Amino acid sequence: MRKVAIYGKGGIGKSTTTQNTVAGLAQMGRKVMVVGCDPKADSTRLLLGGLSQRSVLDTLREEGEDVELDNIRKKGYGDTWCVESGGPEPGVGCAGRGIITSINMLESLGAYDEREGLDYAFYDVLGDVVCGGFAMPIRDGKAEEIYIVVSGEMMAMYAANNICKGIGKYAQSGSVRLGGLICNSRAVDNEKEMIEELAKKIGTKMIYFVPRDNDVQRAEINRKTVLEWNDKVPQADAYRGLAKAIDENTNFVIPKPLAMEELEQLLMDFGLMADA
Amino acid sequence: MARLKKKLVQWEPTDIKAELLTKYPPKVARKRAKQIMINEALENTTPEIVANVRTIPGIITMRGCTYAGCKGVIMGPTSDIVNLVHGPIGCSFYAWLTRRNQTSASGEKNENFIPYAMSTDMQDSDIIFGGEKKLEAAIQEAYDLFHPKGIAVFATCPVGLIGDDIHAVARKMKEKFGNCNVFAFSCEGYKGVSQSAGHHIANNQVFRHMVGTSTTEKTDKYKINLLGEYNIGGDGFEIDRILKKCGITNIATFSGNSTYDQFASANQADLSAVMCHRSINYVADMLEVKYGIPWIKINFIGANSTAKSLRKIAKYFGDQELIDRVEEVIAEEMPAVEVARADVLPRTEGKTAMIFVGGSRAHHYQELFKEMGMKTISAGYEFGHRDDYEGRQVIPTLKVDADSRNIEELEVEPDEKLFRPRKSPEEMQALEKDGLHFKEYHGLNPDMDKDTIIIDDMNQYEADKLIQIMKPDLFCAGIKEKYSVQKLGIPQKQLHSYDSGGPYAGFVGAVNFYHEIDRLVNSRVWSYMKAPWQENPELSATYVWE
Repeated sequence: MRKVAIYGKGGIGKSTTTQNTVAGLAQMGRKVMVVGCDPKADSTRLLLGGLSQRSVLDTLREEGEDVELDNIRKKGYGDTWCVESGGPEPGVGCAGRGIITSINMLESLGAYDEREGLDYAFYDVLGDVVCGGFAMPIRDGKAEEIYIVVSGEMMAMYAANNICKGIGKYAQSGSVRLGGLICNSRAVDNEKEMIEELAKKIGTKMIYFVPRDNDVQRAEINRKTVLEWNDKVPQADAYRGLAKAIDENTNFVIPKPLAMEELEQLLMDFGLMADA
Repeated sequence: MARLKKKLVQWEPTDIKAELLTKYPPKVARKRAKQIMINEALENTTPEIVANVRTIPGIITMRGCTYAGCKGVIMGPTSDIVNLVHGPIGCSFYAWLTRRNQTSASGEKNENFIPYAMSTDMQDSDIIFGGEKKLEAAIQEAYDLFHPKGIAVFATCPVGLIGDDIHAVARKMKEKFGNCNVFAFSCEGYKGVSQSAGHHIANNQVFRHMVGTSTTEKTDKYKINLLGEYNIGGDGFEIDRILKKCGITNIATFSGNSTYDQFASANQADLSAVMCHRSINYVADMLEVKYGIPWIKINFIGANSTAKSLRKIAKYFGDQELIDRVEEVIAEEMPAVEVARADVLPRTEGKTAMIFVGGSRAHHYQELFKEMGMKTISAGYEFGHRDDYEGRQVIPTLKVDADSRNIEELEVEPDEKLFRPRKSPEEMQALEKDGLHFKEYHGLNPDMDKDTIIIDDMNQYEADKLIQIMKPDLFCAGIKEKYSVQKLGIPQKQLHSYDSGGPYAGFVGAVNFYHEIDRLVNSRVWSYMKAPWQENPELSATYVWE
């Protein structure tokens, strides 16, 4: 089983990208489990057709210790298993601790066991790695490959670089590696070239360039992945392409994060070229 | 090792200091060097020592945490205020009855909540989803069970991390009950460099939420507050006995054997007598500014100091009647003390002691040792600040660092209704001129002999080393140091909790102490003891940086 975590700046499209990619993998016949690591519990909405499910932590709170695997996971598009870790209301408690508890619970219930026949476990993690709890999926060998969703916008690249620092920290002591950058296009100048250069500097590759397309929005309104909503549109092919790229990826590295000046220089070089 | 075999007489204080530092990595040694001082205090100046700074990670410090200082030291001894700890159970359980605070449960209904350990017992899900609701339920439960006058809520480390608003919960419950004062302390263990931060946090809230709220008028003639006395082993009982015998009324002790009403009427005293300068000088200052109560430093540890302190209090009130009564009491009490002293003196004279406790005890207890003819050859505080070593004159020059800024400093103004100067400026001046000094504490350094070694924030390694080099007859510290010291063949006396003894304050306390120390320093049990490795060391090791 390959254990994959998707990180990236808040609002960059991690959940959408993850679910569409997972749908692509499912179409390839892969057995996938998606674990949403966001207190908002909205990481599996498209796979489940808008069906919200009870999060692991809510179930734990209500049922006490007597929890079965089937209480906390649901079958979604293409026979994928969908789990939402859940967490506290905004402004109270500790969401990071919640993720730790919920992943531990999944493990002890045997969600990752061989008999489940999983090819992939995907962790969709909230925004930046703000504290230890959100780094949980890359600690203790839980996720082994990380993909960072990024765009050509300054803050998205800055966040990606920061996440590399987190990966670097845990890569020294564990098996976690960076699998590549996924560019989720915002249609800014020279975006593809810039992200390719960023990936090179970090020591990895831009594994796929996902173009910007309004069909994503249309599918989301219908509570579906693009692949389920309309299999024929070009964007569905794009996600299939990403799924294939991940499936065939063998390039796993310990990232070398950039210094702030280097990152800014990169933006100057590429972002301003359109003017010249 | 060769150097260690030198006899005591050959060791110069500078050699000892160098030996303590020699194994440290250079940066650590540099920092510790500033906290180890060879005393050369002169009449008006004392050498500067670094104190109240962070302990170096990796060093086994003697210090405690901020929660320990707030809940354990200041609020722990109060009998009729429910102490409710918001956190996982260990913080409450391991702070349960460990300080040996005694109480006569003199609250209105003779309540005594000290034996209880009350906690919200936070679980994983409370950390994740927030613990405010559980805290609310726990406060309600405590109220329903006891209907106390006050409930004090203490924050432990995780509460600060997850951001539970304990003050809002306390406010809400206080309003709900109407007849129970609920207030909270943000005393997360990690907040300061030592327990000293916890004392400050506790004092602020006691002052803010309780002092001055009583409506019952106290009409006694000579009314004082006793600040910084925690009734360990019954110290406070003995001091109260003496004060009562003299005709002095102790309105409020902060906080040994205290009650809610004592705190609430502290503003009615005419003098604050400060025992432990470190833990409580904030309150003494605030009582003076807000209510006009002057304060003096006193010390009831040691028979001579007790007599001296009583005379100071009598001098302040200035009535011949009281002055005479105090002399009578001293005359009555001293003979028994003298008999005990004469009994132990031949056996204790010339013995040596080391004291590493508190923010005042390392100073106060030297008086008792002096009375027994014993010399304190090395001492220091766990959580003292520079003013506790060098005297209050250094306060204006103290550097306010980020760690101190982290602790709230209350701004106090004279109370519109309750402020009343107890003496006119002329009267105060006359008393000062007559040798009664207000707001004055000269610190530990000037009272120690030249060339004694003063060490701030002592640690296990240095203690071991110091004992090996100087071979004192007695080592005084806390429970954490108890057995490591005794394994070196040196008797150890706990001066936080007094082992199972006490009281050691006042006249009766002095007699108790003489006997206890005589027993310890003259017990032959230590000479029989030889650890197997002293003859056959099987293992030897070096430090990684060697």
